Amino acid sequence: MVTTLARPQPQAAAAPEPDAALTLKAEAKALNFFYGSFRALNNINMPIYDKKVTALIGPSGCGKSTYLRCFNRMHDLYPGNRYEGEIRLYPDNTNLLSAQVDAIEVRMRLSMVFQKPNPFPKSIFENVAYGIRVRGERKQNRISDKVEEALRGAALWDEVKDRLNDLAFNLSGGQQQRLCIARALAADPEIVLFDEPTSALDPIATASIEELISQLKQRVTILIVTHNMQQAARVSDFTAYMYLGEMIEYGRTGDIFIKPKNPQTEAYITGRFG
Amino acid sequence: MNTSEHRNKQFDVDLEDIRTRVLQMGGLVERQILDSIDSFSTGSHDLISRVIDGERDVDTAEKEIDDACAHVVARRQPAASDLRLIMGVSKIVTDLERIGDEAEKIARMARQIHGRGALQIPRFVDIRHAGDLAVRQLRRALDAMARLDPLESEKLIAEDRMIDSEFRGIVRHLITYMMEDPRTISTALEIIWVAKAIERIGDHAKNVAEQVIFIVRGTDVRHVPLDAPAEPGSPG
Repeated sequence: MVTTLARPQPQAAAAPEPDAALTLKAEAKALNFFYGSFRALNNINMPIYDKKVTALIGPSGCGKSTYLRCFNRMHDLYPGNRYEGEIRLYPDNTNLLSAQVDAIEVRMRLSMVFQKPNPFPKSIFENVAYGIRVRGERKQNRISDKVEEALRGAALWDEVKDRLNDLAFNLSGGQQQRLCIARALAADPEIVLFDEPTSALDPIATASIEELISQLKQRVTILIVTHNMQQAARVSDFTAYMYLGEMIEYGRTGDIFIKPKNPQTEAYITGRFG
Repeated sequence: MNTSEHRNKQFDVDLEDIRTRVLQMGGLVERQILDSIDSFSTGSHDLISRVIDGERDVDTAEKEIDDACAHVVARRQPAASDLRLIMGVSKIVTDLERIGDEAEKIARMARQIHGRGALQIPRFVDIRHAGDLAVRQLRRALDAMARLDPLESEKLIAEDRMIDSEFRGIVRHLITYMMEDPRTISTALEIIWVAKAIERIGDHAKNVAEQVIFIVRGTDVRHVPLDAPAEPGSPG
């Protein structure tokens, strides 16, 4: 049995061979993160390619959700948390972690979808319209157009167009999650962050969300944390394996799942871990 | 190739069962070739029948192993080295089954040649020699599979040329026979078929060795010249 209690020895996390079709959308550079004195992320370097799906996999507590939450500065909400290093957002080359960059501004450019659907206790329409109003839009017809666009983008429009004023809680779990995706899309984000978006859903609803992710990547860049390795294999273009706050291996999803370079990645994805 | 245990022990049992069955099928196929070459030299009706009947067992083994592989894919969703093992095994059993077909072909030729009462079989010794080489190649390929040994596989692939050159030598000699005495043409042509079957067995053994390299290293060495540079990042 492979024992992986020792501190991992990460490989040089080099990007795969440059591909003419790949454009950098974001990039973590020497990123460290601390919960108080506890170092949860250790020197993460990783490219995020534009209009591609990047999956973060690893055992519980490896830091993948912590890493995801750095992207929209969610850790700012709690005292004692501290970032080191940078997350660069392109093409404007903004450091998302810089104290000079407003966290609210960051969250408009990078939306997040959570594990459990968390619609607001409002109507379906208002759930989506909220993000548009936050962006400063006041004209009702423009808001209506954007709501429809976002609901169509989340593959929910046909199911809810006749009951937009119903309470969002009346939707099924899968529909609620797609509503949350529509809410995330309404703010016209550049990157959508998914934190285990299907772990509370049944297989059919999961398949809908995965199909949706495949469609969404035509428009936005996607970063997804998942415990389901087959899901990472199905939906992502690139995969990063994390363990104990370090990025052990990053590469094209096909390569990671057929021929991983690092024995620790191999042990994890083949179920030999620990 | 990671050979440590899975957390789910039944997965290990399933994979080990598949590997064992492949080696058993390999043993069966090896016996088929040996018997077919012997039947060619002796004309023994018993041996010829045994080879022809044995082909059914080879076919059954292929189908059972393929079925076991499909079950592992459906139930376990194998990845990385486990995925490569299943894919490699699935291809290896196809090659083993085709080796079985070649053995049957040799036995049927033996029945025809001896049935005609050909007293002198030209270049018989060469056929025996090429047959021994092919059996040795298959045995080495199966050993490499059992030990998951890519280095032995590489050596075997390089030596496949020996059987190819034996085959060309046999054909050259038989052409001389046929030119000297046209009465030998029918038998000589059948012997060329036997020689070709042996040459194909060598090719299938080489294919098995290539799959062993894929299973262990994840590199695809099919249709690649031996002196070509290794794929970047391929582990030793």
